[in-house]
Amino acid sequence: MSNEGVDGNRRRFLTTATSVVGAAGAAAVAWPFLASLKPSARAKALGAPVIADLSTLEPGMRATYLWRGQPIWVVRRTPEMLAGLDKVTGDLVDPESKVAQQPKYITDKSRALKPEYMVMKGVCTHLGCSPILRTDHPAPEIAANWQGGFFCPCHGSKFDLAGRVYKGVPAPTNIVVPPHRYETDTVVVIGEDPKTA
Amino acid sequence: MAITPNPYKTTGALGWIDDRFPLTKMWKEHLSEYYAPKNFNFWYFFGSLALLVLVNQLLTGIFLTMHYKPGAETAFDSVEYIMRDVPWGNVIRYMHSTGASAFFVVVFLHMFRGLMYGSYQKPRELIWVFGALIFLVLMAEAFCGYVLPWGNMSYWGAAVIINLFGTIPFIGPDLVTWIQGDFVPSDATLNRLFSIHVIALPFVLVGLVVAHILALHEVGSNNPDGVEIKKKKDPATGIPLDGIPFHPYYTVKDMVGVAGFLIIFCAVLFFMPDGGGYFLEAPNFTPASQTNTPEHITPAWYFGTYYAMLRATPSFAGTQIWGVIVMGAAVVILFFVPWLDRSKVKSIRYKGALSKIALTIFAINFVILNYYGLQPPSDTVQLISQIGTILYFAFFLLMPWYSKIDKTKPVPERVTE
Amino acid sequence: MTPRSNRTMTRLITRLAQVSAQSALLAAAVLLPQAVSANTGVALQHFTANSGNLPSAQRGARNFMAYCSGCHSLKYLRYERMGADLNIPPDVLKKNLMFTSDKLGDQIKIAMPAASVDWFGRVPPDLSLETRARGADWVYTYLQSFYLDDSRPLGVNNTVLPGASMPHVLWELQGWQKKAEHAAEGAKEGEHGAEHGGGHHEGSPFEPVSKGTLTPAEYQAFVGDLVNFLDYASEPGKQARISTGLKVMLYLFVLLGLTYLLKKEFWRDIH
Repeated sequence: MSNEGVDGNRRRFLTTATSVVGAAGAAAVAWPFLASLKPSARAKALGAPVIADLSTLEPGMRATYLWRGQPIWVVRRTPEMLAGLDKVTGDLVDPESKVAQQPKYITDKSRALKPEYMVMKGVCTHLGCSPILRTDHPAPEIAANWQGGFFCPCHGSKFDLAGRVYKGVPAPTNIVVPPHRYETDTVVVIGEDPKTA
Repeated sequence: MAITPNPYKTTGALGWIDDRFPLTKMWKEHLSEYYAPKNFNFWYFFGSLALLVLVNQLLTGIFLTMHYKPGAETAFDSVEYIMRDVPWGNVIRYMHSTGASAFFVVVFLHMFRGLMYGSYQKPRELIWVFGALIFLVLMAEAFCGYVLPWGNMSYWGAAVIINLFGTIPFIGPDLVTWIQGDFVPSDATLNRLFSIHVIALPFVLVGLVVAHILALHEVGSNNPDGVEIKKKKDPATGIPLDGIPFHPYYTVKDMVGVAGFLIIFCAVLFFMPDGGGYFLEAPNFTPASQTNTPEHITPAWYFGTYYAMLRATPSFAGTQIWGVIVMGAAVVILFFVPWLDRSKVKSIRYKGALSKIALTIFAINFVILNYYGLQPPSDTVQLISQIGTILYFAFFLLMPWYSKIDKTKPVPERVTE
Repeated sequence: MTPRSNRTMTRLITRLAQVSAQSALLAAAVLLPQAVSANTGVALQHFTANSGNLPSAQRGARNFMAYCSGCHSLKYLRYERMGADLNIPPDVLKKNLMFTSDKLGDQIKIAMPAASVDWFGRVPPDLSLETRARGADWVYTYLQSFYLDDSRPLGVNNTVLPGASMPHVLWELQGWQKKAEHAAEGAKEGEHGAEHGGGHHEGSPFEPVSKGTLTPAEYQAFVGDLVNFLDYASEPGKQARISTGLKVMLYLFVLLGLTYLLKKEFWRDIH
């Protein structure tokens, strides 16, 4: 071996160039493997939007649907229930729904596209349990000023009938409102944004 | 307890590790101060390529296992699920299926290199034996993997291969039922082959590859001249005069081999993953059917040579076991090559005409046998396969004779350029 | 590199990749025996399926849904995927190609009652992988090889699949044909297939009995579209994989060049 005529610059350049190109190639090879872990076409198809026909839902009642493996509730709120929302604002963490727990196009204080129908995930924002619907009131064992709402049996979080969280409970935020749009007056597509949104 | 400082005088994080783990030591022993002969030629690419393909199989296999569902009811659907619904699943699957064929191409050429340059001769017998074991495990691994898609070729391939055990006298039929866990290849069979394919054999394979490389680095690499480079050392440094550090010289050289190999590999993978019907067979796109045998059932292409020998052997004394014995012997005989070769020289370059002719005939015969092993049975195929089988064994069994009487040329002191 | 030389380079490498793939295919073709239906020995017409021919595959999709999907499912193919790959907008897909109860993400299944086993003697097979399992030539020839045969329950038989339980669904298009007397001892291979368009070229094993609504050439093109679509359905990822492959080849040639130069540079130390 001898080092005569060794061009250090050329060697360094080629080493760097090959390393960079090789590393880029390795990164490109990693991509398909990582991408293969994303939800497959089947998972996406199973998580496709759900069509809910609300024409048979009676006032004051709730219907449950399954979207992306999670319960989605639709509560048909009576005028009295809607009136109750204003009575509890003082007890709530985020009565104006400032935290983005609902799509941008839901701006009404009742957290619904149509105040009559509350569409929300049936999942507590604390640790993912499914709260219980308690429309009866007064119910002093839940809260002094209870106007109906949801009570989580796991850790005692409380929400009103718009899914807004009470102060002093473990859950930090309001219950999530999924994207949805109305196909007709009583048919709602859960999982799809309104077309003009 | 005080730590003895490592002899490499490394400091910082590396020094901390080297005081506790032989990292620098291993790096030097196996790469930067592993002295390999400087005259490696084209044939020496295939060792590193086999390692590359092994890594490819392990990596793609891990990801396929995340989506594949073993089971007679689910396997076929889950393979199509991978091919269609999993993002990039088709590419990962083709990497694995093309990799299986590439593994055998590379390993066949690697073994041929060993035969050419006498890389099995003393003191490299164990390297060769480990290699032959790797080949054997690889065949078992490939067979198990071939069954997993549970297409119609998978099913009948499994039936034929497992039924080979049925030829064993007395216990055969019960053995087959036991291996299958059922009366035919079934859900239970598929699940156990899956377990063997993804857990048992990969462990063994990786262990054997490590042993293969450790044995190699213990005695040092052979070369196309068959000269022991350790015999001529620089008196000052103790480094073989014809040796060069594996890293960087052979790492950069092997990278060229890798790039060239990947061009061919990816051309197949992306443009003809079926490999003309040899890498992925058409009947395997039909789900397994217990009532319809494919019109022409062949093993995977890489088993052609051995399958030809199986078919070439007639049954007599009321049993078909002779074919199985011949096929098994064809693999087992590989283990004895280091002791069958009585030549004074290693490399074919310095062996005489007899050895050269024998090896040439062997190589051509191997390819011909492989081809006829995949053809539909006929009298011609039968005759050619029988002649081929005899030639195959003659190469090994006559080796002690022709390698001994063959005239050899003098081997140079140092490697030639 | 200028954009132009870049494009030339890309084209060159694309060409190289194609040539290497083609020569490999050629080698495979030499090794493979002449395409003949193995169980009947009937020569198959050659058809090079091209799922990348979008207009043809689109027509094939439409015709498949109109004529075939009543009985045959494509259970591994999803409507949504088909729409995206074949450039069919979702509303067209929903209106013209889908059963009303299906959702976009659904697989193409059929609602055929189990009683269908009694109608045809067996459940019509799923066709998701038909062209991969049997080959495009087989499907192409099969759909053109129905002929009148009084001995069969439905009065029709097929030279490629004798005793086929499938009726000739496309008879209105093709018309009826019967086995030609002169060709009874085995047909010559109709290798001109699609290009020549003639359904009754020299050596055809059939004689027309009645005309269909399509001319023979139109019918052949119709079948060609169907086969192109089935070829697509058998591997929806094919076109994407080929285009990925071209990029990979481009990269690998660069890598080969670099590693070669690097190796040469280092090996200047060694004599």
